[in-house]
Amino acid sequence: MKAGRLALASNLAVLAAGLAVLFGLPAFAETYLIINSTIFAAFSILALSLALIWGYAGILCFGQAAFFGLGGYTYAVAAINMGETTLPALIAVLLPALFAGLLGYFMFWGRISDVYLGVITLTVSLIFYRFVNQTAGEQWNIGDAPLGGFNGIPSTPILNWPGRPGDQLAPEDIFALSVSLLLVLYLGCKFLLGTRFGRIIVAIRENETRAELLGYDVRLYKLAIFMMGGAMAGLSGLLFANSVFVSPTMFSLPVSGQIIIWIIIGGLGTLIGPVIGCIFMQILTNWLGTLSQVKGFGWIDPNLVLGVLLVIFVLLVPRGLTGLTIDFWSWLKGLASPAPTDTATARERTDP
Amino acid sequence: MSVTPLLQTRGLTMRFGGVVAVDHVDFTLQERELRCVIGPNGAGKSTFFKCLTGQLRPSEGEILFRGEPVAGKGSHAIARMGVGIKTQVPNVFDGLCARDNVWIAAAKVMADRAAERRTDEAMARVGIGAIAHRLVGQLAHGQRQLVELAMVIAPEPDLILLDEPTAGTTDEEVDRLVDLIGELNRSHALVVVEHDMQFIRRIARTVTVFHQGAVLIEGDVAAILTNEQVRDVYLGKQAA
Amino acid sequence: MDYFVILLLQIGSAIASLVLLSIGLAVIFGMMRVINLAHGEFLMLGGYAAITAYNHGVNLWLAMMLVAPLTVGIFGAVVERLVIRHLYGRLIDTMLATWGLSLAMIGFVTVVFGNTVSGISAPLGSLSIGAYRTGAYEIFLIGIAALLLVVGWLVLRFTRHGLISRGTMQNPAMAAALGTNPSAVYAATFAVGSALSGLAGGLLAPLSGVVPTIGSAYIAKAFITVISGGAAILSGTAIASTLLGAINTLATFAFTSVLGEVALLVAAVVLLRLLPQGITGRFFRRAL
Repeated sequence: MKAGRLALASNLAVLAAGLAVLFGLPAFAETYLIINSTIFAAFSILALSLALIWGYAGILCFGQAAFFGLGGYTYAVAAINMGETTLPALIAVLLPALFAGLLGYFMFWGRISDVYLGVITLTVSLIFYRFVNQTAGEQWNIGDAPLGGFNGIPSTPILNWPGRPGDQLAPEDIFALSVSLLLVLYLGCKFLLGTRFGRIIVAIRENETRAELLGYDVRLYKLAIFMMGGAMAGLSGLLFANSVFVSPTMFSLPVSGQIIIWIIIGGLGTLIGPVIGCIFMQILTNWLGTLSQVKGFGWIDPNLVLGVLLVIFVLLVPRGLTGLTIDFWSWLKGLASPAPTDTATARERTDP
Repeated sequence: MSVTPLLQTRGLTMRFGGVVAVDHVDFTLQERELRCVIGPNGAGKSTFFKCLTGQLRPSEGEILFRGEPVAGKGSHAIARMGVGIKTQVPNVFDGLCARDNVWIAAAKVMADRAAERRTDEAMARVGIGAIAHRLVGQLAHGQRQLVELAMVIAPEPDLILLDEPTAGTTDEEVDRLVDLIGELNRSHALVVVEHDMQFIRRIARTVTVFHQGAVLIEGDVAAILTNEQVRDVYLGKQAA
Repeated sequence: MDYFVILLLQIGSAIASLVLLSIGLAVIFGMMRVINLAHGEFLMLGGYAAITAYNHGVNLWLAMMLVAPLTVGIFGAVVERLVIRHLYGRLIDTMLATWGLSLAMIGFVTVVFGNTVSGISAPLGSLSIGAYRTGAYEIFLIGIAALLLVVGWLVLRFTRHGLISRGTMQNPAMAAALGTNPSAVYAATFAVGSALSGLAGGLLAPLSGVVPTIGSAYIAKAFITVISGGAAILSGTAIASTLLGAINTLATFAFTSVLGEVALLVAAVVLLRLLPQGITGRFFRRAL
């Protein structure tokens, strides 16, 4: 079937691009670019986490930063205390998932949705932020690890090769790990969305009432996907902790906001869109930051540009860059063959 | 020996603040029975359905499904007991194509492969094979209703509730609906809420009349449709 | 005894602060179901307007209570015409667009005014209560907050404008059929909500100073208070502010100010879990 081949082709294309970056970049790039790319990859996983739960499950979480921060802090604290990093890495993914489970239970069994869910998740991330921000001082140490208050945790142990505590991963290795994980998670999500579970999740997003009237316990499905999103965000936090450092800003509102912006720019309801949106926005903000240092361009403020961009996209480009691309592609095809097929258009819309 | 009715409500009451939408309704339906429910707008028919499906928690009273109390249970639990409903305002998955809509319904009660086959069957019975790949959100109202109908019958629930199934359908679709209901009634119980009296006359045996939340009268279709009280309640809008 | 009075005043001050922060957002959300995430920046703008006017010689009271609301009110009217108007009924989209607006405003103000904190000292001096001192300005703000709520109630309940607004919000098509222009009512309501935010920003400026990013400190609290309050603009805001303000102050007195904030946030989460439609979604449903 045409749609199936399109999906396969796009997956192969993404795999090819990912492998190209994975093997190609370290060959000619210097360490600074490699570390930056690692951060891009980590953020892309974060984008993917919200893309999954918002774009496909309809859960608009305004506090995804909470899981991001939890992942980073859990990793740092566990690694400092245990001296080895394999178990901490695992905990850093499981703890956010567990917390997502608790929060999800609290919200979904209470039938909280839409705006109210947004407010609760926003508030939860704020609670973390405010709380962790004031943890300076020894009484807030967890074992050997100081929480550090607004300065964050001073030296987060870098990941070591499993079983070899002294042998740390080089920046190139962490880069390879991050990009590989991003690829695996992307393809994994694609696969998941094609399974029975994935199809039901999308149905729940479309009409929760009808899903329930058909006998599906939507609370369980939403909880499951919310926990997956939390785990992915936690993983992203752990990778971020290895490339940058752990601080309360990981829990902050701007982080949650940025993820949402990446998704709007990239395209809500797709997986590749938010990843592209994330990378595009990261490059743009970095460029704007350096540009505003240049004489005469001091008036360019990153916030100003981001803000205007977001407003324009919401008003004029609601389906983001991927939507634009699909529309453009359809227009091109329309020029080539004048008779449009309903099937193709419908399948494009429903194919993640 | 008394047979356990498929569905029974006793004193079912639903209050919204000061408004009594469903007023101490006693209702009994046997297995494989076909019942039509009529009544003017605002009589409480849809609210009654919502209580049956668990979308609303009744203020008072009991609902028994094969003798088991279900009042206040979640709608997914009740659905799993074998209740399907086509709601007054179509509840469908707009962003999916018609086939996916029906598949999701079938997939709840059987494995994926079997669900594929059942989906095709259900769509053929309702006659929507031609629009299988159209996005439901883009279909006309009548077609969306038919998709919803296919979704309801695909899992083969023992009790099928239809809330105004002929709204927005063509004459041809109505004919098909009459046949379908007859066919379904051979193995399922149905409760059909309708305003279209011609349609009622074609399918009904027993009719229950709702008025202001309570059951006004219940009986044989011929008797009900010529009953003066019923006519008054409709304010002469429907020529019997 | 004096301690008790001071505690009460602190609680009152916290409540007044929340009322001021939230009233503009409550009007816009309660009347139009629009969530203005740039609300914090509207407050910030009011603060900057007041301070700038004051630094240019305008009387402090006029700067805070006239210049600030006027500036932000006009700005709000422009924003409504350009952006909000296209997104009515689309709750999530308005949240996103106004988020973009908030970023743009922060950026713009940073460029124009720079990143440093500007401030003015609080007028009216301080008051002695027994062994303690407290700012008289905070007491003034308690009065203003109460006044705003009362005036708001009077306007909505007894004036023609209030009635037209309430009618349009409940049923725009019907209001239009009766001769009002819903579009004009929406524009006016948004402008009024913005002006209230500007007023609040101006009044709060002496207490916290202004910096381009101060909006983010405000928005969370305002948002939380409004959503916890529920659909009724005045009573919802009043009740939620009272509850959350009291909890905040008591927790601050018992522990630290940060834990006071945390207590407020936790209380809000619990409240929303118990009353998902806000307080006035369940109680006092038909209040204003």
